[in-house]
Amino acid sequence: MSNVSETAERSPETVGAAPDRRKGPSVLSRAATMFLKQREASVLAIAVVLFIYFSVTTHAFFSHGSFVNIAQYMAPYTIIGIGLVLLMVCGEIDLSVGFVWTLSPYAMHFFVDSGIPTFFAIVIAILLLAVVVGGVNGVVTTRFGVPSLITTLATGYIIFGYTLTVSNAEQINLPTASLGLGHWFGSEAWSEFIWATVLVLIFHVLLTRTRWGLYTVSVGGNLLGARESGIRVNKIKIGNFMMCSGLGALAGILEAFKNDIIDPSAGQLNVVLVALAGVVIGGTAMLGGSGTMIGLWLGMLVLGILEDGFNLRGISSNKYLIILGAAILVAMIANTYLTRLRNAGRLQRSGDTPAKGGEGGGAVIGQIAKL
Amino acid sequence: MSTQPADDFTTATSDDILRVEHISKRYGAVTALVDVSLRLERGEVLGLIGDNGAGKSTLIKILCGFQQPTSGRIILNGEEVTFTSVTQARSAGIDVVYQDLALINQLTVYHNMFLNREPVRWPLLRNKVMRKQAQEHLDSMGIKTLRSVDVEVASLSGGQRQAIAVARSVFSDAKILLLDEPLAAMGVKEGAMILDIVREVKERGISVIIIAHNYGQVLEVCDRVNLLQGGKITYDKYARDTSVEELTNMVVAEYRKALEERQRAAS
Repeated sequence: MSNVSETAERSPETVGAAPDRRKGPSVLSRAATMFLKQREASVLAIAVVLFIYFSVTTHAFFSHGSFVNIAQYMAPYTIIGIGLVLLMVCGEIDLSVGFVWTLSPYAMHFFVDSGIPTFFAIVIAILLLAVVVGGVNGVVTTRFGVPSLITTLATGYIIFGYTLTVSNAEQINLPTASLGLGHWFGSEAWSEFIWATVLVLIFHVLLTRTRWGLYTVSVGGNLLGARESGIRVNKIKIGNFMMCSGLGALAGILEAFKNDIIDPSAGQLNVVLVALAGVVIGGTAMLGGSGTMIGLWLGMLVLGILEDGFNLRGISSNKYLIILGAAILVAMIANTYLTRLRNAGRLQRSGDTPAKGGEGGGAVIGQIAKL
Repeated sequence: MSTQPADDFTTATSDDILRVEHISKRYGAVTALVDVSLRLERGEVLGLIGDNGAGKSTLIKILCGFQQPTSGRIILNGEEVTFTSVTQARSAGIDVVYQDLALINQLTVYHNMFLNREPVRWPLLRNKVMRKQAQEHLDSMGIKTLRSVDVEVASLSGGQRQAIAVARSVFSDAKILLLDEPLAAMGVKEGAMILDIVREVKERGISVIIIAHNYGQVLEVCDRVNLLQGGKITYDKYARDTSVEELTNMVVAEYRKALEERQRAAS
């Protein structure tokens, strides 16, 4: 009897339910909306879930050694990922950054051999590669209109060939004079991670709170509009190519110190592809105009956790590649969907909160700090 | 009686902020503009009306410095000027508002309003200052359609984007505003909002040229109307002396004439 009346009431109830729900969105759904408004939120959620999952199920995951593994895995990719985010936001890409990674420790070694103190040798190597490689990439791309995918493919091969030629494709030891400084540049367990994280924070501010960042977004979002507003679009692009090359050089030197060897098989195209995976999983679109440094950091953290967790469970690294590929696809589909929602204004309903757009990352940093 | 561009042109007064004299534009064999002359009085709203292909876009591109005329002169505030770039025209006070070209979708409304003129306390942008000033400026122009200046432009409607684009030009101290099809693809309500903004712009003493091919609604705000047909100004009248019917007849008559000529040529 009561069952019957319930089913009879169900249809009018569903009609009445909609306005009810609209009257007062629950705290939970409002919190969910707030959360989803942050571009980085979904990656953060995935990182947390994976972290908890492996902590509970996998022996030795929750240990210092394992955390060092994660940190050392993600750090160099994060550093070149910063450059890739900058370029992708302004609508370009750089494949050559992995080959700059290969070349840079050889360049440092050369300068140390010529009698320059290690610290300055590192600075000179980074600046030189940034200006020369980034400059060529940027000028060829902007002035001659060659797509940056092609430009940097070509310069990548040139740099790689040059590296193999001058090094005879042989490993060399780090200059002994440099080893003392190595603690600051990657040979200490956490030093590379600290570099990566500090750089992410600096470049997050650059991208969201400075003119350079604003113009980078403008150039990638609406090239013609940016140019008509008087922004010097080529300068912005060339500058970002230079920063990307410089970051690649830094990553290469840090890795050489970490591995205690200068190796011609370091870097190359593979590191660019892994970094791109982190960039994309972090929520940076290929189309230009949007990207996030915090997302990149979280994206690389997700990959680091996966790699470390799989390792500890004895799952082969071959299977890790399958997961990596799937994660890229899922992230891209989710990002496209979320962007559409955001643009439709549905995720901006409570748009009166001050933390929106440029400053969105602040809340996320707080959330990371809690990790 | 109705076609008297030359006569009207000679009545030009010294109060013209902008005069275009005998402008022609050829692209190779194609002639887009033939000896076009028009004048814009200080503080008036001029409707530049013409069907597709009449040469409206070419004229706008020349006025805003995007292209240079093949021959003819542009006189701004009584002095001859030549613009070789959009930036140059803009710094002279001539600003063009395209519906979609102008704004950066991925930036907030206030960043768009300040683009390339951002206040900075090195190295950081002064977002609070920008947000406040942008909001005040929009309020002062009576633009109340936005929920907040914090939203990304991508989430705005066509009318809102147009409103922001016009507001930005006013904000950047434009003296002459060229509005290219400001009501294109817009509903009646949004169109009315844009026309209100145009009235506000006029009230601030800014001279406006509105380019439109659908002139019914536009005529409401215009002081004067010029008709551009086949690359020539064929008609120049004060809006109070004309009507939508008359303009329509003009355009249709031109179409009929062209059709007859073509038939005659064919036979």
